[in-house]
Amino acid sequence: MATNMISKRNLGMLMYLIFVLLPIYWLLNMSFKTNDEILGQLTLWPTDFTLNNYITIFTDASWYMGYVNSMTYVAMNLVITLLVSLPAAYAFSRYKFVGDKHLFFWLLSNRMAPPAVFLLPFFQLYSSVGLFDTHLAVALAHCLFTIPLAVWILEGFMSGVPREIDETAYIDGYSFGRFFIKIFIPMIRSGIGVTAFFTFMFSWVELLLARTLTSVDAKPISAVMTRTVGAAGIDWGVLAAAGVLTIIPGILVIWFVRNHVAKGFALGRV
Amino acid sequence: MNKIPNNKAWWLVLPMFLLVAFSAIIPLMTVVNYSLQDIFDQNTAYFVGVEWYQETLRNTRLHDSLLRQFGFSFSVLIIEIPLGIAVALMMPTRGWQASAVLILLALPLLIPWNVVGTIWQVFARGDIGLFGWTLNNLGIDYNYTSNPLDAWLTVLLMDVWHWTSLVALLCYSGLRAIPDAYYQAAKIDRASPWAVFRYIQLPRLKNVLVIGVLLRFMDSFMIYTEPFVLTGGGPGTSTTFLSQTLTQMAIGQFDIGPAAAFSLVYFLIVLLVSWVFFTTITHMERSDNGNKHDK
Repeated sequence: MATNMISKRNLGMLMYLIFVLLPIYWLLNMSFKTNDEILGQLTLWPTDFTLNNYITIFTDASWYMGYVNSMTYVAMNLVITLLVSLPAAYAFSRYKFVGDKHLFFWLLSNRMAPPAVFLLPFFQLYSSVGLFDTHLAVALAHCLFTIPLAVWILEGFMSGVPREIDETAYIDGYSFGRFFIKIFIPMIRSGIGVTAFFTFMFSWVELLLARTLTSVDAKPISAVMTRTVGAAGIDWGVLAAAGVLTIIPGILVIWFVRNHVAKGFALGRV
Repeated sequence: MNKIPNNKAWWLVLPMFLLVAFSAIIPLMTVVNYSLQDIFDQNTAYFVGVEWYQETLRNTRLHDSLLRQFGFSFSVLIIEIPLGIAVALMMPTRGWQASAVLILLALPLLIPWNVVGTIWQVFARGDIGLFGWTLNNLGIDYNYTSNPLDAWLTVLLMDVWHWTSLVALLCYSGLRAIPDAYYQAAKIDRASPWAVFRYIQLPRLKNVLVIGVLLRFMDSFMIYTEPFVLTGGGPGTSTTFLSQTLTQMAIGQFDIGPAAAFSLVYFLIVLLVSWVFFTTITHMERSDNGNKHDK
């Protein structure tokens, strides 16, 4: 009976994985086809295998710069988020201070603002401070939803570290800064890994703000992709190839944090 | 953990506060400002007070899309939470299979939202997409571009595909935190699999499920990009959810005042639902702990 249970479990898992992977496979499949084959007949794998779609992307600066731009603002956002969230999360996890609970809820409430109508004010704000069409503008705007989440996750992990450790370090003559960098941060490494994962995830997948705050120099890949819709219809092959390439950075990131995921996805709160 | 009262901790929070406030408060105030004015162009605007707020109470188009939105978010939660728990229970716990499954499950979460829309736009098409083609060949009349119900179901299926992994991964990490001793005790007691789930696993999942439900509610309530790419809100208005209606009003028709007023109402709805949900859960936790102390 036990083996029966296990195989039923595996079968269910397998079916769900197929459900997850089939749409992605279809995109991958399309990216290696010519447009004639895509529109001609339905084929389960490319019969007329071609790399032309990818060559188009890698030889055209306006295409591959989209990826560079996206990665630039995601990386900037990641650095800013971690730099300001680490001390803030430490304060929330260790101290009581005036307005701490309200501040925390206000912080989380920023994740709940519907982006659609806030786009115009965002555009005006960043234009007025001269940041429009820079990577920094997108990175700062994304902080609005990455920082709350980062503080939330880090606070969970930091609360798991006993305060005696802080106190011992201070008695041993560590200053706050040295203690924080030399002792505390290494102790919550996996928390930082998971925070980085979530920050990357929500910044990388966001399109509305990124598209609104840029025009040429910092245009993200998701906005460049709309180019494939031309007068002659949609260039499906290139669109699929561009889509596949947006998945790859995500795979790399999840690969790096895979060992922390089990603990980390619970945001340090189990 | 007992926290030390110390107002100097504000210095640690301050950089974060300033940074978020810059992006949060100024745009919010601008929206409040819009919502009180009738704006014709950049230089012509009249103060109209609460007129737009009264308007939002009468506007049936907004009410319809609000109802659609609630229907959608509710369906999303009803499907994704149980399915996510089920997937988490089925996931392998050790070895290379565990890592492999983790990575594969996380894939949909890391795809840009417009690409998610594109993937399903292609995948569900009757002529060039595997999903639509298969359904049509099975004799099911399926066309998400012309049939409102098909369109709605496709958007729902896309969201399930996209986000169930998040619930599953949250629950998976919750399950991993249960000590083996619990299972051994259950084995000695000859507990049925259902009893193990109901009395050991589910209570331990409560914390992560709160996070999962909150994140899924907030994000599905603000869904914009994916249905916009997949169906463009059509056919008709069957998949026009709230953010899209607001965007059409604000940018398409330049009715910024009413759109701003309603997005503030919208913001308050999300805030209220999250707050009610959050306090109910923490209340339940407190009464649970209270019971434990009584014994």
